[in-house]
Amino acid sequence: MAEGGLTTDLRSSPHLKQATTVEDIMRNVVYALLPVCAWAIYAFGLSVLLLLVTTTLVCIASEALFCRLANRPSTIGDWSIVITGLLLALTLPPGFPLWMAAVAAFVAVGLGKALFGGLGYNVMNPALVGRAFVQAAFPVAITTWTPPFLPGRFSELIPSTLTLPFTKPEPVVDWIEQNRIDAFTGATPLALQKFEQITTPVADLLTGTIAGSAGETSALIILLGGIYLAARKMLDWRIPVGVLLGAVLVSLPMWLLDAGRYPDPLFVLLSGGLMLGAVFMASDMVGSPVTPSGVWIYALFIGALTVIIRLFGGLTEGVMYAILLGNVISPLISRVTQPRIFGEEGKR
Amino acid sequence: MFGLSTFKHGVHPREYKELSNQLPIRRLPFAPTLVLPLSQHAGKPSVPLVQPGQEVVRGQPIAAADGFMSVPLHAPATGRIKRIELMPTARGPKTDSFILEVYQGSNQQHSYDNPQDLAKLQGKDIVQLVQDAGMVGLGGAAFPTHVKMTPPPEHQVDTLVANGCECEPYLTCDHRIMLEQPEQLIQGTRLIMRALGVERAIIGIEDNKLDAVKAISELLPAHDPITVQAVETKYPQGAEKMLIKSVLGRSVPPGSFPSAVGVSVFNVGTLAQIGELLPHGRGVIERVVTVSGPGVEHPGNYLVPVGTPVRFLLEHAGVTSGAHEVILGGPMMGMSVSALDVPVTKAMSGMVVLEQNDPDLHKQQAHPCIRCGWCVEACPMQLNPSMLGMLAASSDYDEMANDYHLNDCFECGSCSYVCPSNIPLVQYFRIAKSVLRERAEVA
Repeated sequence: MAEGGLTTDLRSSPHLKQATTVEDIMRNVVYALLPVCAWAIYAFGLSVLLLLVTTTLVCIASEALFCRLANRPSTIGDWSIVITGLLLALTLPPGFPLWMAAVAAFVAVGLGKALFGGLGYNVMNPALVGRAFVQAAFPVAITTWTPPFLPGRFSELIPSTLTLPFTKPEPVVDWIEQNRIDAFTGATPLALQKFEQITTPVADLLTGTIAGSAGETSALIILLGGIYLAARKMLDWRIPVGVLLGAVLVSLPMWLLDAGRYPDPLFVLLSGGLMLGAVFMASDMVGSPVTPSGVWIYALFIGALTVIIRLFGGLTEGVMYAILLGNVISPLISRVTQPRIFGEEGKR
Repeated sequence: MFGLSTFKHGVHPREYKELSNQLPIRRLPFAPTLVLPLSQHAGKPSVPLVQPGQEVVRGQPIAAADGFMSVPLHAPATGRIKRIELMPTARGPKTDSFILEVYQGSNQQHSYDNPQDLAKLQGKDIVQLVQDAGMVGLGGAAFPTHVKMTPPPEHQVDTLVANGCECEPYLTCDHRIMLEQPEQLIQGTRLIMRALGVERAIIGIEDNKLDAVKAISELLPAHDPITVQAVETKYPQGAEKMLIKSVLGRSVPPGSFPSAVGVSVFNVGTLAQIGELLPHGRGVIERVVTVSGPGVEHPGNYLVPVGTPVRFLLEHAGVTSGAHEVILGGPMMGMSVSALDVPVTKAMSGMVVLEQNDPDLHKQQAHPCIRCGWCVEACPMQLNPSMLGMLAASSDYDEMANDYHLNDCFECGSCSYVCPSNIPLVQYFRIAKSVLRERAEVA
C-alpha cells in the first residue's frame, strides 16, 4: 500500500542495522593476507605466485561447481573462498607441485566446506582440510623445502613446481646445489631444532629469512595483519593471544627443565606455522566457539596441543592438526560454556 | 566516557538525536476526529462511561477502570462522541475505540479540574489519584503506573529509579521534558517516593544529555534524597534491568520484577506528568511525541492530544518525497505501522520516518551464521542469540526455551543490529515465543 510515497511496509524491529556485513569481514581478512602473500612471493619467487594463483582459482571454480551441484545460489562473491585459496597456498612448501596444490584446493572446498553445506556450516577450516589431505597423499612433496632469496627466483621456477600431473616431482637437491647455496640442508628451523638442536636466530624468524611453508616465514608481517583485523574488530584478539599463551604455557616448563633439548618459548612462538595458524586459521569464526570462556579454552587448547605434537610427536609441526582438532571440539566447547545469563552471574 | 556506571554488553547505534534535541516542545492542534481505544494499557480495557451522541468536555473521564489492573480514559478535547467501534491500533488487533468529533474552536485550556492538597495526601491516596489519572508507563510499556507503585508485600522496595536514558536513537521527548519540566519531574518523583515509602531516588540519564543532568541537579538542594546520575550512552541502557544494574549494581533475577531487588522504575515522562497532573486532579490527555527521521520535513517534539491519528501528525510535521517507512516508537524496538489511521496512544513516545534509500534500511539477503559471536557480545541479557537462531531455524522451540533462556529475551534487537549475516534473530525469537505460547494455551 502506498500513500504519497509512504508505504506501510511491515518490517520487524530493529529498523537500524550496523553496516558491517559478512562480505566486509571476509574482504578485510583478504586485505590482511595480501602483505603475507607479497612477502611469500618476494622471498620464494615466481613459484609461490603461481601457487597462490592456482589454489585461489581452483577454490573459486570448485565453489562455483559445488554451489551449482547443490542447487544453491553461488557464494563466490562473499570472499570467504578467496581466503581459503590464499591460506591454502601459504601453508604449502614454495616448490609444491601445482597439480597437487590444485588437488588440495579442490579437496579443501569439496570435503572441507561444500560437503557440510557451505559457508557457516563447515566444521573445520577448509584450507587446513585441503592441506591435511595432501599431507597424507603426498608426504614427500609436502616436506620438500627450498631456501628463500635464491638469486634466480624471479626468472625461473623451482623445478618441482611444474611437475606433470600424476607424476613424481623432480628432486630439488641437485637444483639447490647448482644455485650454490652453502650449507642449506633443506630443513626448516623446526626440523633443525628438533633433530640437530640448532636454534635459528629470532631476528630471522621475525623477518622470515628462513625456509618453511610459503606464508609462514615472517611472524612480523602476520602479526601486523592480525593487529589490523583486531583493530577493525574483525578478528577476536582472544584467539591468537590464547593460542600463543597456550604454546608458552607448555613450552616454558619444558625449556626450564632441559634447555639443551627443548626450544625456548620465543622460538616456539615464532617458528613454523604457529603464528599464521593463530592469527588467520584458529581465529576463523566458523570453526571457533561463540561463548566468551569457550573462546579461551579453545585457543589455549590449540596452542598447547601444537607444542605437545612438536615436542613429543613424530612430526616437526603440529599446528595444523591442533587447529583441526580444535575446530572439531568447538561445538562441544560452546555447549558446555554457555554464558551465565543476566541476573544469574555467580550462581551455580 | 570512562568510569561511568553501566551494564555489560549492549550496542552503540548512531543516535540521530541532533535532529530534534534542540527543538522545544510544541503544541499540536486538534485533529478533527480523535480515536481513543479503550485499551491503551497493559491489563483489562476500560469501561465506557459515556454513550454515542453524548457531548464531552476536555479532561472529563469517559471510561472507568475495570478493576485494579486497568486505568480510566479521559476526553482529550471538547466535542461529541460519534460512536464506539472496532478500530485498528498500532499494536495490531482492532480494539473498541471512542470516535470523538472535536468541536471547532475547541481550545486546549484545561476545564475539568479537581484540585488536591498535596501536603495532606497519604500514600494510598496518591496511588488512587495516579490510577484515576489514567497514568501508564509513558516510556512505551504502557503498564499501569499505580500497579508499579504497589509492589508485592514480600518485596521491600527501598529505591525509586527514574529512567531518563532514552536510549532509542532519534527519540528526544524525554530529553526535552527533563529540560523544560524539571520541577514537575521532581514533584512527581517526590509524590511517588511518598507512596512507595522509599528514602531514596536516583534519576539515571545517559551522558549524551548532560544538559538535562544539569537542569535537574540545579533544582535539587544538597543532600536531597533525589540524586541525578549520568550513565553511559549505550543501547539498551533504558531497559529496566540494565538501568538498575548501572545505577545500583543490582541484578534483577531472570523472570523477576525490579521490586525483587528493592527497586521500582518509572520513566521520567511519567513522573513529570504525575507532577503536572496530580495537583489539579487531571487525567492523561496528551503527551510529548518525537517526530523525526530522514523522512520528516520538520522534525520536532510535539505535545499531541491522545487519539490524534498518525496521519494528522505526519501531515503537520511533513514527510519528504522519499519517505518510505513509518515506525511507531524508536527504531530499535518500535514497529512499522500497518495503517496511517492508527491513533497516537498514551505510551507512544515517537514516530520515526525512514527513507527508501536509507543506509540503515539494509535489505540485503541473509547469510548463514558464521559464528562470529558478535550477538553474544551484544546481548545485554547475556544470552546466546547465535545458538538460539540456529535452533529457531530448525524449529527446536522447546530447546530454545528450556536450555537457552528464550523467555529472558526482551527483544531489544541488539543481536539483529550487529549480525553481519543479516539474520533476523529477534523476529525468529518472537515467532518461537508465540508458537510456544499458543502450544501452552492449547495444552
